[in-house]
Amino acid sequence: MADSTQTQFVSQLKRYYSLYTGGVIGFIVLLSILEQMGVPNKVLGYIFLGVTVSLYAGIGILSRTSDVAEYYVAGRRIPALFNGMATAADWMSAASFIGLAGTLYVSGYDGLAFVMGWTGGFCLVALFLAPYLRKFGQFTIPDFLGARYGGDVPRVIGVFAAILCSFTYVIAQIYGLGLIVSRFTGLDFGIGVFVGLGSILLCSFLGGMRAVTWTQVSQYVILIVAYMIPVIWLSVKHTGNPVPQIAYGYVLQQVTAREQVLNDPTTPEGEREAEVRALFSQQQAQHEQKLRALQAGGKEYLAQERAQLQATVTALKTMPTVAPERLADAEAALATFPGEVASARTVWQAAADAERVRAAPISPHAEPFAAPDEAGREIKRKNFLALVLCLMVGTAALPHILMRFYTTTSVKEARLSVFWSLLFISLLYITAPALAVLAKYDVYTLLVGSSFSELPSWVSAWAAVDKTLMSVTDMNRDGIVQLAEITLGGDLVVLATPEIAGLPYVITALVAAGGLAAALSTADGLMLTIANALSHDVYYKMINPAAPTARRLAISKGLLLLVAICGAYVTSLKPGDILFLVGAAFSLAASAFFPALVLGIFWKRANRTGAVIGMVGGLAVCMVYMYRTYPFFGVNGSLWWDINPISAGIFGMPVGFAGIILGSLLTRAPALQIQTMVDQVRYPRLATDNEVEKV
Amino acid sequence: MQLSEKHKSYWRSNLRLTGVLLAVWFAATFGVGWFARELQTLTFLGFPLPFFMAAQGTLLIYVVLIGIYAWRMNKLDREFGVQEKR
Repeated sequence: MADSTQTQFVSQLKRYYSLYTGGVIGFIVLLSILEQMGVPNKVLGYIFLGVTVSLYAGIGILSRTSDVAEYYVAGRRIPALFNGMATAADWMSAASFIGLAGTLYVSGYDGLAFVMGWTGGFCLVALFLAPYLRKFGQFTIPDFLGARYGGDVPRVIGVFAAILCSFTYVIAQIYGLGLIVSRFTGLDFGIGVFVGLGSILLCSFLGGMRAVTWTQVSQYVILIVAYMIPVIWLSVKHTGNPVPQIAYGYVLQQVTAREQVLNDPTTPEGEREAEVRALFSQQQAQHEQKLRALQAGGKEYLAQERAQLQATVTALKTMPTVAPERLADAEAALATFPGEVASARTVWQAAADAERVRAAPISPHAEPFAAPDEAGREIKRKNFLALVLCLMVGTAALPHILMRFYTTTSVKEARLSVFWSLLFISLLYITAPALAVLAKYDVYTLLVGSSFSELPSWVSAWAAVDKTLMSVTDMNRDGIVQLAEITLGGDLVVLATPEIAGLPYVITALVAAGGLAAALSTADGLMLTIANALSHDVYYKMINPAAPTARRLAISKGLLLLVAICGAYVTSLKPGDILFLVGAAFSLAASAFFPALVLGIFWKRANRTGAVIGMVGGLAVCMVYMYRTYPFFGVNGSLWWDINPISAGIFGMPVGFAGIILGSLLTRAPALQIQTMVDQVRYPRLATDNEVEKV
Repeated sequence: MQLSEKHKSYWRSNLRLTGVLLAVWFAATFGVGWFARELQTLTFLGFPLPFFMAAQGTLLIYVVLIGIYAWRMNKLDREFGVQEKR
């Protein structure tokens, strides 16, 4: 494409998206006026979600296309800046938007592994992959593996791994969509999933990558505005400084000072905290005693306990004067009493574990690897660094991210585009730790020590919505809130920030729309990756290379629909915990793809045998370790060097590298033709370029 | 095709740049992470240094690293005459 048309295209895009951003802000202002006029919250929520989703759908329909290059790689004319925004939206999922600040609130310094891991990986993308993949210039990641290593086997392994990690990741996104839609519209979770899914399909169905790119750019604008407004407001409220990233150093000092007071039993507040913690300790001991009795007595013990509860209820019923709450409590205890030994063990074990956590002193927010002893600290440090590495390498190997770098106009633009991507991503990731600390400050200074009769309104509002997100119980019956009496679910931090900051409901709806944008944009990219791997790599490259364009696109769209339905079905079964699914996707991608991709570019000697051994070996080690150690699968095998299952990639990666190196050295060097291809990938322009077919 | 000396020297410069940037990336991430507890007493802008690095410092370093790479490589392409024709 000639330079002048591209320049014109870029300036046109900048104008459109500036107008669009202005429109978004105008829309927020308009809705806050409506709120002042007394429009009910629920209606505002509907308007917000409805308008943003139809906006994305509108862009998706306008970008419809029947051209193969447009459908798979957006015509390779996305300017670096816009590809950066699209990658940022593609990258930041529901977990980043809603979960990250909550994780940081709960785990302090140790949670920063996610912040570093999810950003530092882009250094690897920039240095090792993006420019070379752009020069390679095909459609998918298995395409590269197929061309570089020759034959269908590496391609098939690539397709399998791409689908495995993308599908695991997409489940987490659809789950997030269902939660957001159901929470803010009151629809059932299952219906929420399908509504969310409909919106995903509207964006990508007609226009493929081209449509997904332009919706992702607009979703980035919404999600970043939605994330920033409440944090800035909260920062002004607590520090008077509108730049939260700078201001929260001071707030962090205050939080640390509060932690010391609350942890010190010689201060009046610390004494009451210790009192509540002792109560939890007692409850924990009781549950553990029951567990021991269950171990010894089995079924008989359970029946005996149940009979005792039954007797209490009967006794209470016959008593003439008894407080109705006491009877209700006893009946509830009987009704929820576990019926079988196995379920009793799980329930009591969970209760004892939860109580142990609540009986422990506060672990300081800013302290790295806080643990009672040196061995514990050592384990935490190892796991922290292992997780950082897995997330980084996984970032540099997730196909839906790498695919985005096929869409830029040139190698030069691909390099710049990684820079823009990380800049836009860092904007949110630098803010999340600030939000966590500001929210913590609010809870530690305003909520702790307040009286139960006048709790802040956001506390009672969220406690009414969901007890796992927010609940306060007066354990020691002193009428005052102690920190140990508060249960706060991580997701609450982002969801409730507007209310904590005292902002109008419109901003809460905006945050919901931002979360929706984050989940939709990621889900779009992932589903497209899966459908493309199946339609392009399996159908076109392997089954029917003579297929006409129209057939290829029709199959691609059909598969997209199929993948969406499968995704929704699996999500509706509510499998496992979201953070684990996300983490698993990273470790899987890191083990399967990274060694084969990087060595494919940087080591000419790598050949097919090596690649197959390395990819299969890395993936297998990673999957086996997860299967053996993640509680969900029920094997409960021993950990290797105390590494948590989420970082299984730490074992998969070296196996992947070793497999490729050994396998290649033991067999013959790849054909000359493939070595020439490696040279072509390495140089932005080479004399032999013209011999290669360019699409 | 046989690569010329000039091509080989372009690739060597690329590898050197990649290596240097990767070393900085590694030191900023894992060096600071490994010694986080030892560095705890140092403060920066009111933050304990390891916290600041993990929450903001390394992120800024990453952005700068990628910026340097893009700028240097795009310049190197022109110097060695391997830049894309537009």
